[in-house]
Amino acid sequence: MTMVAERPRRRRAFQYTALSAYLLFLAFPLLWLLSTAFKGPREMARLHPTLIPHAPTLDNFSAALHEQALVHSAWNSVKVSVAAAVLTVLLALPAAYALARFRSRLNRVALGWVVLSQIFPLILIIIPLFLILRDLHLVDTHLGLIIVYVVWSLPFALWLLRGYVQGIPVELEEAAATDGAGRLRILVSIVAPLLAPGIVVTLLFSFISAWNEFFLALVVLNDPEQATLSLTLARFLGKEGVADLGPLAAASVLATIPSLVLFGVIQRRLTSGLLSGAVKG
Amino acid sequence: MTTAIAVPTRRTRRRRTLGLNREALLLVIPALIPIAIFSVLPLARGIYLGFTDAHAGLNVSTSANGLANYRELLHDSLFWNSFKVGLVWAVTVTALQFCLGLGLALLLNEQLRLRWLARTLALIPWAMPPVVVGLMWKLIYHPNAGILNAAIAKLGGAGDTDWLTNFSTALPAVIVVGVWAGMPQTTVTLLAGLQSVPGELHEAAAVDGAGSWQRFRHITLPSLAPMIMAITTLDFIWNFNAFGLVYVLTAGGPGGRTQLPMLFAYQEGFGYGNFGYAAALGNVMVLIIAGLMVLVLRRRLQEAS
Repeated sequence: MTMVAERPRRRRAFQYTALSAYLLFLAFPLLWLLSTAFKGPREMARLHPTLIPHAPTLDNFSAALHEQALVHSAWNSVKVSVAAAVLTVLLALPAAYALARFRSRLNRVALGWVVLSQIFPLILIIIPLFLILRDLHLVDTHLGLIIVYVVWSLPFALWLLRGYVQGIPVELEEAAATDGAGRLRILVSIVAPLLAPGIVVTLLFSFISAWNEFFLALVVLNDPEQATLSLTLARFLGKEGVADLGPLAAASVLATIPSLVLFGVIQRRLTSGLLSGAVKG
Repeated sequence: MTTAIAVPTRRTRRRRTLGLNREALLLVIPALIPIAIFSVLPLARGIYLGFTDAHAGLNVSTSANGLANYRELLHDSLFWNSFKVGLVWAVTVTALQFCLGLGLALLLNEQLRLRWLARTLALIPWAMPPVVVGLMWKLIYHPNAGILNAAIAKLGGAGDTDWLTNFSTALPAVIVVGVWAGMPQTTVTLLAGLQSVPGELHEAAAVDGAGSWQRFRHITLPSLAPMIMAITTLDFIWNFNAFGLVYVLTAGGPGGRTQLPMLFAYQEGFGYGNFGYAAALGNVMVLIIAGLMVLVLRRRLQEAS
């Protein structure tokens, strides 16, 4: 009798201990980042730092916002990410529609390519990609980086949108077709509105990938004027100094907020989109 | 590819199609063009570049030099070092990421308080820019201002280690960050898998007197097996190709202790301008990864039959 009562209780205790350990491991770095962002220079220089700032201050945030290079590169990031997201959807939407509605060998090729692109080492194409961009005079331009980001997020965008298109009944389109609407008309006035949630998810996903990306930006952009936020943060990190860490932490917190908020919005849909795509594929 | 759409196919049995396939082509072309120019073309050019002595400079003089790059790679101790570091890093991070991710997914699948908090927290690293993740951990490892040394000092240790520049601690320190950053995706995927395991199976087994370990071993694991296979393979490949995190944390140092293959290739290509050599390195990496994939897939096929 006692055995039966004892075991679940001990099991629960173990589970809660493990969960606490996980929470600590996951949360602690974030708390430390936040804590650093609110510490003044004198507290940063102390030998025995504490988790809770003694005298919390917003100085680091205002310092970060007054740092010309950070603000400028944040704006660059906004421009590049928005443009990349919009272009990705504009190109992916018709293609995803075709992949969902037409059965052909292209389907298999395209889906195989989607899978391949996920495991494809960028290193294989980064040098020739750089050379091609250079030949087209797109190195050190935002347009160059936008193009690279679009090509980079297209496979996944296609995959997502294709799943959403498959969720729309063909009958609706057939009805419109018998009424004499052309394919493009159907796509614009019937499919696109119904796809709105899928389009939003894809837009936000492409935006976040571009906002967070680092490696491609590092290769394409050398001019600090053009740098995206990730690049500028990494550059500041290069020249160290305890005093600079506070504003840097504040800037990092600010840089994370957009993608965190957007990710929170689409997270559930992204997971379900992934799974439904996987099931239907 | 294009002819395949232009000609009506016979695979239209299950799904009704509307209109002509010429239209499908028109719909796909806008996406195909950038992919062809900026993905397929570089791919072909990259393979070719690996057999040349291309160098960044005034002009990219590309005179073919056959297998010279590959011969040089074979004797390049820096390449072998990066390969070794890459293997250690990818195997360790993938293994820890999987074990911890599975543990967390199992916990999150139970009716526990604070589950929502763990779920939310587990997603945050996924959404964070890698550069910020790197910076965040630099703050923890910081020799003076970092919490790690402060905690060690409090416990009576010296607390003066510079974790990221110390030869013996740099790689382990970076691995911890890799696990922290990579665990969420593994957790979420495994959690989705766990939730698709039919509950009736567990109930039936519990009625028959199977303990939780037995149920895990004989019901959960087998039904997750295909997913586990896929996710660990993908994680391994992603980790082997990692760049941003480690670039920010150590830039490959100290003394190449954290020089992942991608970092090495980046340095060769864009640091020293050895485009041909770096391209050859890329080719070798792809061959290695393709080889690993074949090994894994073959085993999976054998298991299936």
